[in-house]
Amino acid sequence: MTTTVAEPRTQVGRSAPRRDAHEKLRGQAQFVGDMLVPRMLHGKVLRSPIAHGRIVSIDTSAAEKIPGVVCVLTGTDLTDIDPYYGHAIKDRPILALDKVRFHGEQVAAVAAETPAAAAAAVDAILVEYEELPVVGDVETATASGAPLVTDREIVPGLFHGLGDLAPRDGNVCYRYRLDKGELESVFAHADVVVEGEYTFPAVYQYAMETHTVIAQVEGDEITLWATCQHPFLVRAEIADLFRVPVANVRIQVPYLGGGFGSKSYTKMEPLTVALARKAGRPVKIQNRVGESMVTTRRHNMRCRMRTAATKDGRLLARDVVALFDTGAYADNGPRVVATAGDAAPGPYRWTAYRIDASCVYTNLAPSGSYRAFGATHMQWIGESQVDEVARRCGVDPLELRRQNLCLPGEEIRAGGKPLDADLVGDVEKVAAAVGWDEPKPPFVGRGVSAGLLAAGAHPVSSAVCRLEADGRVVVLVGTTEMGQGPRTAFAQIAAEELRIDSDRVTVRGADTRFTPYDRSTGASRSTTIAGLAVQRAAADIRQQLEGIAGTSEIDSADYLALMRRHFGFAGGELIGRGEVAPIGTGSYAEGPVFWEVCVGAAEVEVDPETGVIRVRRTATCADVGRAINPQLVERQDEGATLQGLGNALFEEMVYEDGLLLNDTLLDYRVPSFEDLPGEMTCVIVENEDGPGPYGAKGCGEGALAAVPAAVVNALADAGVPMNELPLTPERVWRRIQELKEDREWPQ
Amino acid sequence: MEIALSVNGAPVARDVAPQELLLDFLRDSLDLTGAKKSCEVQVCGACTVLVDGLPVSSCCYLAADADGSEVTTIEGLAERPEFDRLEEAFTRHAGLQCGFCTPGMLLTVSALLESGELGSEEEIKRNLAGNLCRCTGYRGILEAVEELAAAR
Repeated sequence: MTTTVAEPRTQVGRSAPRRDAHEKLRGQAQFVGDMLVPRMLHGKVLRSPIAHGRIVSIDTSAAEKIPGVVCVLTGTDLTDIDPYYGHAIKDRPILALDKVRFHGEQVAAVAAETPAAAAAAVDAILVEYEELPVVGDVETATASGAPLVTDREIVPGLFHGLGDLAPRDGNVCYRYRLDKGELESVFAHADVVVEGEYTFPAVYQYAMETHTVIAQVEGDEITLWATCQHPFLVRAEIADLFRVPVANVRIQVPYLGGGFGSKSYTKMEPLTVALARKAGRPVKIQNRVGESMVTTRRHNMRCRMRTAATKDGRLLARDVVALFDTGAYADNGPRVVATAGDAAPGPYRWTAYRIDASCVYTNLAPSGSYRAFGATHMQWIGESQVDEVARRCGVDPLELRRQNLCLPGEEIRAGGKPLDADLVGDVEKVAAAVGWDEPKPPFVGRGVSAGLLAAGAHPVSSAVCRLEADGRVVVLVGTTEMGQGPRTAFAQIAAEELRIDSDRVTVRGADTRFTPYDRSTGASRSTTIAGLAVQRAAADIRQQLEGIAGTSEIDSADYLALMRRHFGFAGGELIGRGEVAPIGTGSYAEGPVFWEVCVGAAEVEVDPETGVIRVRRTATCADVGRAINPQLVERQDEGATLQGLGNALFEEMVYEDGLLLNDTLLDYRVPSFEDLPGEMTCVIVENEDGPGPYGAKGCGEGALAAVPAAVVNALADAGVPMNELPLTPERVWRRIQELKEDREWPQ
Repeated sequence: MEIALSVNGAPVARDVAPQELLLDFLRDSLDLTGAKKSCEVQVCGACTVLVDGLPVSSCCYLAADADGSEVTTIEGLAERPEFDRLEEAFTRHAGLQCGFCTPGMLLTVSALLESGELGSEEEIKRNLAGNLCRCTGYRGILEAVEELAAAR
């Protein structure tokens, strides 16, 4: 009998310092905006001042005469290509052609020797518009006889990943539906029914670095330096638009100054390429904050929901109708809506549910990805109804969740991956962290929330590891470093496989000419999927070394001697290859790769005179299977917590008749140091139940969905139930006045 | 117009337009790209540099107004011996993620550590509220700064 004793892990599971700290702290880290390319021009975009209108004429003659202006680009320069793009639906022209469809849409662009000349030329372009009726919200858009935002039929993009897309229905470009059981009869016989209407605001991701692109076109070779999270998907869209081979498009991604989804898929790249193509020289376009706000944002949404339960608190059925405002172009709206649909039931043992989520065109700025999309939209609504059921049944909300939450292995969505997490344990941990059973002072409430987020996107990643003749390892992987720390985590993973110190591993950034394919950086997928590719690539090298040695009993100190034996001199390198491809088709219907846990708790205090909310404590659960780097995990959850508080308490893009009113940080407020909760706890749970390396699964998004829901529930526990976000003092104060009139305040 | 100033300890004389911003001057004319452009309305702090030792938002500060001043950017701060403490504390507490706000944050922190205005948690939260960070949730920065302040 032989006994195998697992070697203790030395590289994975420790909080190795960030590999990029030195460069970033000293201001040496390069971002696209810091880069200069020889002969580079400066680009500037003319944007629509109205929400909807026909372009009658564009006069660029005065602009072209301004000294330093090299060219002005308009829609008439795009007649040699099909100028429509969109990874989900090809509905967006590179520049507005016949119509403008939102305030801020790209109408023309200038390339000039200096930023000042470009700005002056933009001001000198004369555009005449004929205004058209504005479809300013989803109600208007879905009313019968509503004006159409677009009359184009649905043309599927390269990467929607949602099966066959149905034809457009008025302004509805995509619809996601789930049905389980006999809904109406369950509702008809239920003891308790909770129902309500809810609204979620448009939100700006505010990556501090705005969208920035440098493009260079030389014959049929296109080179980009771009702030993109998914360079390989952008590469394919650029190749498709400009009709060049995929391999002729080279995208280099340096450090990103934050992403959070705002830099996912294709954004400013097509316009910059079109401008560089006309100018015949490289061009840089760097958005201002107001421009990035209308480049992509989080969907605002309206939702009707009802939940049925027995009188002793057993959840029975849920019915959801949600209208997502995707703006004038779909962007990632269809996937956002599908993910919201999956999140809408909540992770409970339902007898029946019906989910009907629509992606609706309006004359607002396009909406796409923002961290924890879909789940953030739905969780606060569903979880507030679960708490209302608990209140009406006289059951403790935590106890009600213990009784109703799905257990590991139970079905979440028909045909999809069963639950791969211990949600009951997770909720109990966060509740304890905010003092669930402690006495509460007046006007203080506590709430918990639980949900799931379909994570991982399409599981295709590859990586290459190179063991160099000096014993150092270079990892090539397409993951974008935007702050989340993949270069540090991947170095630890490669080092673990090769039994060396992670300081001897360097992880390079993406350059699509040399870095192997990685689908994307988002959906909490990088550690799990790209990390698995890195693990396999490093293991491949180890296997080659063992092959050279003829034994698996080798030490890392032997590596150089083995390489010298193999190559016969002090050069050469061993190349390891790692690939992750789907098990099954990898389709959305069969997914997700894993369910990201969205579990949190909050304790808040409301000021009854002003409606101001003070967040006393928050707790989130990073149910990560295995923490490759615990400190990075905690920092992810903390960042998501602050964004969750911003989304819950004050962040909102304010629109009036299709015009964005708060397009600067003076009047769009994001959380500062002063918004830190009194206590902020991140509980790391490691059950090794993830599909990634060493049982890992992704994190960093779940907390953003969980925190607003926990805050809403805590506020309701303090006596103020709300159905509209953000929870500004004015809204909360008005709600308190309504409660007073109904004699429901104070409790 | 002609301005003469000291940047990171070295004398600089240049002709600038009257409306030229200090941030653009530093980034475009002197190739000091550590200061970042983000909000452009003096809210986010990513463009923070020190003018005569005090933190200013260089996105809203005229280059001409820096005439005769001593300007310190992150590139200069990083050369000072005391910077190693900052780097060590921010690294150990992971007080950074994407790194875009980081240079501005460090310049504010170094100036306020010097003037003793980061003594308590409340002081830190109030006095660093002009430097936004969208990634970290501030906790790592808070821990690093508390430690640095206590060690003084």
